[in-house]
Amino acid sequence: MMPATPFFRAMSAILWKDLATELRSRELLSGMLVFSLLVLLIFNFALELDAKARANVTAGVLWVTLSFAGTIGLNRSMAVEKDRGCLDGLLLAPVDRTAIYFGKTLANLVFMLIVAAIIIPIYSILYNQNLFIPGLLLVILLGSIGYVVVGTLLASMAVQARTRDILLPILLFPVIIPVVVAAVKASGGYLQSIPFDEISPWLNLLGVYDVIFTSVAFMVFEYIVEE
Amino acid sequence: MKTQPRLLLIIDFISVILLIIATILVFFVVPTEAVMGLVQKVFYFHVAAGWVGMMAFFTALVAGVAYLVTKQARWDRVGLAGIEIGIVYMLINIITGSIWARPIWNTWWTWDPRLTTAAIMELVYAAYLMLRSGIEDPERRARFSAVYAIVGFVSVPMTFLSIRIFRTIHPVVVGSGDPAATGAFDMTPAMSQTFFFSLITFTVIFVSLLWHRVRLADLSERVEQLKIRLSQ
Repeated sequence: MMPATPFFRAMSAILWKDLATELRSRELLSGMLVFSLLVLLIFNFALELDAKARANVTAGVLWVTLSFAGTIGLNRSMAVEKDRGCLDGLLLAPVDRTAIYFGKTLANLVFMLIVAAIIIPIYSILYNQNLFIPGLLLVILLGSIGYVVVGTLLASMAVQARTRDILLPILLFPVIIPVVVAAVKASGGYLQSIPFDEISPWLNLLGVYDVIFTSVAFMVFEYIVEE
Repeated sequence: MKTQPRLLLIIDFISVILLIIATILVFFVVPTEAVMGLVQKVFYFHVAAGWVGMMAFFTALVAGVAYLVTKQARWDRVGLAGIEIGIVYMLINIITGSIWARPIWNTWWTWDPRLTTAAIMELVYAAYLMLRSGIEDPERRARFSAVYAIVGFVSVPMTFLSIRIFRTIHPVVVGSGDPAATGAFDMTPAMSQTFFFSLITFTVIFVSLLWHRVRLADLSERVEQLKIRLSQ
């Protein structure tokens, strides 16, 4: 079957739909934000984030917060499609199915980056540590891409299972650990101003991971949604 | 009731014989390594178990792709069999590694890249079993399992390459390793012959196990169908 709508128009339509829904309900973003602030708060007491500890753990705290908030967002973004029968509607539409996937992925990426964009200044103010380093922002972008590319794929699988609430983190975290490790190492490197030579392997790993998983998702997404 | 195919019986027999010979070779024939002593003998089965584990996960990857292409339920059973065998053998690999590490590294476990990636690999495939138990519809379960076997396979080359890319204390005996590794040694001809013999042995055992597991799944599928026919 030839898709009637061009790939990029279908993709941007899905992206636009998600952003418009979020603009009106704000349930996903507000949930992710409140949750990540709570995680920060818990870390504050669990780790005694004084000046000395902060230098070592800032990168770790940041990425754990982002990945936990990310699972909430991913679960929600696919559950909405499934519960109200929206996914069936999308599948009936004469568009390439991977366009649906990339539309959802882009929307999730936008949400993740918005959360990061709010968390980072808050962290900077609370702990008096400047996080606006261009390299760090690049790491956050690359890490978030890797996270949502795999996350959206696995979330669309998890929502169709009986045990869907517990399934997504269990499926996602082991696959995503390399991204989190590379992102933590690279962010830590920028925060402690380690020379670029020692950071670049981790950046490469992030880039390679993003490319591999984008292509894997591109090939297998169709099999997840076919009924 | 179908009896065991003759070829499978022969493979069973060969794998038992090979395992006995391999054990004799390891314990009585091959010379003991000078520095590490007896505990080094764990190496022959440690590497072989890891080899079977990775081969089993690779089988699951191939079966996953084959299932998505052909949609034949048999490939799903092959994939499940591969992953179950892989999990068990990687566990054997990790445990034998621990036994070796206690005297050599002075600890059961350390967060070395090799050990970490191996642990991640186990978790990926444990998640695979969780995914299967969460879906009732057999066709959908097979489809999702195949996809996850493909996505999760990335952890396998990562584990294999971790000692060859990162700075690690895990020795690389086959091929050249990091000089920082603790417990590395060069194999004498007798050692490498025993090593390859145990690799072959474990490969034959893997073939036999895989066949048995797939056959078991086929039979339980048939029982299910007979039950359905009885109740009608």
